[in-house]
Amino acid sequence: MYEIITKEMLTPTICRMKVYAPRLAASALPGQFLIVRATESGERIPLTISDYDKEAGTVTIVTQQIGASSSEIISFEEGESFKDVVGPLGIPSDFTEMQEEELKAQRYIFIAGGVGTAPVYPQVKWLHERGIAVDVIVGAKTKDLVIYKEEMEDVCDNLYLCTDDGSAGFKGLVTAMLEKLVNEDGKKYTQAVAIGPMIMMKFATLTAKKLELPIIVSLNTLMVDGTGMCGACRVTVAGKTRFACVEGPEFNGYDVDFDEAMRRQGMYKSEEVEANEHHKCRIGRGK
Amino acid sequence: MANKIPRVPVREQDPKVRATNFEEVCYGYNVEEAQLEATRCLHCKNPRCVAACPVSVKIPNFIAQVAAGNFAAAASVIAEDSSLPAICGRVCPQETQCEGSCILGVKGEPVAIGKLERFVADWSRENGGVKPEIAPSNGHKIAVIGSGPAGLACASDLAKLGYDVTIFEALHRPGGVLEYGIPEFRLPKDKVVAAEIESVKALGVKIETNVIAGRTVTIDSLLDEEGFAAVFVGSGAGLPKFMGIPGENLNGVFSANEFLTRNNLMKAYREDYMTPIHAGKKVVVVGGGNVAMDAARTALRLGAHTTIVYRRTEMELPARREEVHHAKEEGIEFAMLTNPVEIIGDEKGWVKAVKCIRMELGEPDESGRRSPVAVPGSEFEIETETVIMSLGTSPNPLIARTTAGLETNRRGCLVADENGATTREGVFAGGDAVTGAATVILAMGAGRKAAAAIDQYVKSKN
Repeated sequence: MYEIITKEMLTPTICRMKVYAPRLAASALPGQFLIVRATESGERIPLTISDYDKEAGTVTIVTQQIGASSSEIISFEEGESFKDVVGPLGIPSDFTEMQEEELKAQRYIFIAGGVGTAPVYPQVKWLHERGIAVDVIVGAKTKDLVIYKEEMEDVCDNLYLCTDDGSAGFKGLVTAMLEKLVNEDGKKYTQAVAIGPMIMMKFATLTAKKLELPIIVSLNTLMVDGTGMCGACRVTVAGKTRFACVEGPEFNGYDVDFDEAMRRQGMYKSEEVEANEHHKCRIGRGK
Repeated sequence: MANKIPRVPVREQDPKVRATNFEEVCYGYNVEEAQLEATRCLHCKNPRCVAACPVSVKIPNFIAQVAAGNFAAAASVIAEDSSLPAICGRVCPQETQCEGSCILGVKGEPVAIGKLERFVADWSRENGGVKPEIAPSNGHKIAVIGSGPAGLACASDLAKLGYDVTIFEALHRPGGVLEYGIPEFRLPKDKVVAAEIESVKALGVKIETNVIAGRTVTIDSLLDEEGFAAVFVGSGAGLPKFMGIPGENLNGVFSANEFLTRNNLMKAYREDYMTPIHAGKKVVVVGGGNVAMDAARTALRLGAHTTIVYRRTEMELPARREEVHHAKEEGIEFAMLTNPVEIIGDEKGWVKAVKCIRMELGEPDESGRRSPVAVPGSEFEIETETVIMSLGTSPNPLIARTTAGLETNRRGCLVADENGATTREGVFAGGDAVTGAATVILAMGAGRKAAAAIDQYVKSKN
């Protein structure tokens, strides 16, 4: 069933795959995610949808190798099939529901960090296709880890690249770039959207708050079913417990308790490292 | 005439042994035991057991066949009313239904109807199963949302009537709560659940997994674009409830749904699966229903000293009596009249204790149960690494939100009449999605009623 149509390594550890899942592709919208279970013994791994093609019936996922489960996903080759792919899950981005006039009045700045650049892409593309001007800040540790540069350039008005070591673009953090754009370059934005590591979203939110800029973040919490049944994804938003899978994954950044979210994200860290040592690789699975 | 012997005991795994494995607790009757137990039935003229069964299984009739050694005939009798007998024989609350109304129970022990049903279903499965009659295809397509007990029962009945039925399941394995919720030691997944689902598929029912109604497809797209004549929604209970006390989002606090799903559906207890699960050395389970018992007995089997905390007394525990009995035998501690008020964490944000308060029973509430009242100043702490909240569920709003004209009640459950008709034409519903969390058999009963109503509805349209 869920065949991998194309696979490419964007960096030595970040992999892009186009997967055949026609029902999912037909209903996917920007901001939503899906769940992959690569093999019978695998975990259910939530991944943000990085693109979708309704005609071809495919969805694109971008996975970074972190633990045993992401390694397992990346070990699949073109022509092989994942055991399960389910979605789209979560509520689509707010702008997909906006009226044209409301949307035309918006000036978006996206802040993408690391592998989080991939899910920013369909959002920027969606807005671009509707004639909305969008700026994007992409941050990475170093030049070789920058992904989606060309794709993003095709769909955004201005792309601002930042690397920690200055090997490409601006040397510094995405938050410094955001501050520079607003305070020095006089850019006027109505809405920021940050997607990336939790720590980056936390600091992007703090900066946006300082700049009095509304900010939306996309939370990549732990999940099992992704349909609201388990509650593993709960986060505190504006003092209330919310389920990121069905009430998110996008929330108003000002309201999110990032410290709790980061702590909860690491809940199975020790188990995950152990699993990676146990499993390593499953070459020859199912053949 | 009926044999006046005591109820034939059922063989079970030794509590000390089973506390360390996930194999089935109860071995069930063998042929001799089943036939002997079957001789105890009085064959009442007005069998109260049948009236007390939510799907009206013709209990005395099948028991007569067991006594006579005609096990295939017994299976056929059950199959007329139940499509999942091996499951019901294991998980139904017989003590409040069939067995609870058995005349023999007035002065002694009721007939072991559940164990007999299980025996017949297991025997039948191992000996080729029942070949049900299927009406010729009538060409009408029906969509069923959810492959739990309500959906499976509805789909089976409709398939037997000649409908082309497709079940859409959100998870990667069919079965709903039978698969993700009820543990292996109570309901074996491959041997029993998968086998019963295969028998539903053998009726011609198709099951599409990984399809979420309200996201992957909508009720409207099924009716308008995919040509389904009607939809049955049996989407289950929904979102786990939490208490709303401080510390509930600490690491190490889980819903029973998460804990059980990791272990049952995702097989965390098996070495060959990658799913992580956190129990630790000490676990506190909050709640007193079947799900709480399941979570506690799972934690125990994962190696934790486990305590069930419940705010009323043992008398009020909503769990099946057998589950409470088994849990105690296995060494689970019961802290009754105890209610958590706060979960206390360590410096890294992991649970280290639950602060509880003692309760006493006050006046009866609307449900007739005496409501527990906190005893002021009686707070104390229970040290623990893990807290599992088993407090019931609230309905998943996804389907109602994405389907025009589908009304919900004050509690968020789908509004449906006694035959399962919702406020939207062509859409029927039943099971936990309508009633809130209840039992497998009630969901099956609702699925069967809705199947009959769907049949009538489709016929009235053509």
